[in-house]
Amino acid sequence: MSAKLPPPRLLPSGDSAITVEFSRNIDDMANQRVLALDRTIARQTIAGVTEAVPTYRSLLVHYDPLQIGFDALSAQLLALAQLPVPPFTTTRRWRIPVVYGGEHGIDLEDVARTLSTTPDDIVARHVAGDYRVAMIGFTPGWSYLSGLDKSLHLSRRQNPRLLTPAGTISIGGVQTGVQCLAGPSGWHLLGRTPVRTYQLHRDPTFLLEPGDAVSFAAIDKKTFTEQDRAAEHGEIVAELIAA
Amino acid sequence: MTRLVISAIGPASSVQDGGRHGAQRYGLTPSGAMDRLALAAANVLVGNVPLAAAIEIGPFGATFTARDGAVRVALAGAPRNADISGRAAAFHSSMTLADGEALTLGFARVGSFSYLAIEGGIAGEPMFGSLAVNARAGLGSPYPRPLQAGDELQTAAATGAAERRIELPALTDAPIRVVLGPQDDEFDDAQKRLFLDAEWKISATSDRMGYRLEGPVIKHLHGHNIVSDGTVNGSIQVPGNGAPIVLMPDRGTSGGYPKIATVISADLGRFAQTPAGKVFRFQAVSMAEAQAEFGKWAELLRTLPDRVRPIENFDLNIEALQDANVAGAAVSAVDAGTWSP
Repeated sequence: MSAKLPPPRLLPSGDSAITVEFSRNIDDMANQRVLALDRTIARQTIAGVTEAVPTYRSLLVHYDPLQIGFDALSAQLLALAQLPVPPFTTTRRWRIPVVYGGEHGIDLEDVARTLSTTPDDIVARHVAGDYRVAMIGFTPGWSYLSGLDKSLHLSRRQNPRLLTPAGTISIGGVQTGVQCLAGPSGWHLLGRTPVRTYQLHRDPTFLLEPGDAVSFAAIDKKTFTEQDRAAEHGEIVAELIAA
Repeated sequence: MTRLVISAIGPASSVQDGGRHGAQRYGLTPSGAMDRLALAAANVLVGNVPLAAAIEIGPFGATFTARDGAVRVALAGAPRNADISGRAAAFHSSMTLADGEALTLGFARVGSFSYLAIEGGIAGEPMFGSLAVNARAGLGSPYPRPLQAGDELQTAAATGAAERRIELPALTDAPIRVVLGPQDDEFDDAQKRLFLDAEWKISATSDRMGYRLEGPVIKHLHGHNIVSDGTVNGSIQVPGNGAPIVLMPDRGTSGGYPKIATVISADLGRFAQTPAGKVFRFQAVSMAEAQAEFGKWAELLRTLPDRVRPIENFDLNIEALQDANVAGAAVSAVDAGTWSP
C-alpha cells in the first residue's frame, strides 16, 4: 500500500507563482518527485495553473490569482505532491553524439590531471553514464543532467568563462550538462555535440524534456563536422533509442 | 505597404508585447514589456488588443517616420518631449503621422520606458505566440534584436478614425510592495528588517534582465549558493556580494541565489519605471493583499477601453502643450483645473 510521502514546502514566489520545494539539495529522489508532480499537473489540469517549471529540487507553478488563490492551490499541490511517485512509463532515451577533447573540449586534459587519470579514462567514465534530464534552465535548451559518476564530481572553475561554444558538453559539481547556445559558463568543458537542444523553425523546437533519459556516444572530429552541418539544416542528429 | 521607419533610436529599444508563455520549462524566458499597463494604454488608444506588440523605447530619444501612407500611433509610459514635424504631440492621445511626417521624441523625463503603439499592430512572425524581442535567444520579430536606425516596421495604413485620449490613474511614489520569500528563511530577522527599512537606488548597470540595487549589504544566513530553482518577474535575489538584483522580463528562468522577496505583480511596471539613482523603499505585504492588488490591476487593464474619450480640440491643444512643456506662458495662464473632467 502506498504511504503518503513527506510533504514538500510550499513557498510563495510573489502573487502568481508557488515554489513546491522537495529538498534544499541536489537529490535524485527529490527530482523524481518534482518530475512526477510536473507530469501529474500536465495530466490533470488545475484551473488557473498556467505553466510549471521543474528544477532539481522544486517545481515552480505559475498561476492566475484571478482564477485560484494561494491557499486553494497550495492545498491541491500539497495533496498531489504526496502521492506515490509513479514509475516513468514513457521515458524517452536519447543517445547524444559528442566529440571529446582538443579544440572542442578544452578542459578535458586539465580535468584528467586534476583527477589523476588520463583523458581517455575521463571520456570512458562520461560515456558510461546513464543520465536523466533533471531540469532545463538558464538559457533555452540548457539541459542539466543528473547521474554523473561520483568520480567526476568537481567544483566549478574559479573564474567562469564569459563565452563558451554552442553545443558544449561540460561537468560542474555533481552535474553534467548539454548547453545549446553560446554563453557564459563556470563548468569544465569536456566536448561538443552537434545536437541542437533548441532550434527555431525545427519540429520539435525543443528536443529534450525534463525526465528524458540521455546517454552519450563519442564521435570523431570529422563526424562532428558532418553532423553539425546536418543539424544546422534542421536534422535532429541525436538518436532516439527508446520511447 | 505602409511602413514606420526608425530614423533614429537609442539603445534598449525593442518590439515588445505581453511576452511568450509556456516554454519556461525549456529555459525560454517570457520577455515582454517592462511596463504592461503603459503598453496596454498605448494599444487601446489605437484600437489594438491591450498587449499587442508595440515599440518599447528606452531612456534615450528616437525619431519615427511614416512612409507610403499615414500611420496612426499613440504614446504612453515614461513622459518625454514629443513633436510631429514641429507641432507638439501629446502622450496618452492617439495621433496620425501623414506620409513622410516624423515623430521625434526626447529623453525620458521621468521613468525609463515609453511605448509607441501603431494602429493595426506590427507585422511579424510570432514565435511561441509573441513578437517580443529576446536577443539572447535570437527571438523576436520582425527583428530578433533591439531596434536600430534604418529598421522598418510594416504596418497598416491609418484608418482615419477620430483621435482619442485616455485618462489613467495618477502614478504614486509609494514604496514598492513585495511578498517575502521564497527563500526569506536564508536571511535572519535583522537582515530582513534591513532590506525593508533601507533606502535603495537602482544602479545604472541595470537592464531588461535585472535591476541591480544600491544600498546596504544584505548578509545571508548560510552562504549565497542555493541549488538553482525557478524565478519569476520581480524575484529579488541576493548574490554573494549582498547587493540585491530584481529579476525583470528577460531574466534567466532559473537562478542559484537566495530570493529574499518578490515584487508584487501590480507594482512591477511602476518598479520598472523607477529611474536609476532615485531613492525608493520596499514594503512587505501579505499574500492576500498582493492578490487583491493584482485583481485591481487586472481590472484596470481590462477596463482601459472604458477610459478612452474623444478628443475635443481644446483638450488636444492644452494637453499637447502641457506635455510638450513648450509655450510656458501661454499654458501657465490657463488654470489646468478648468480643463479637468
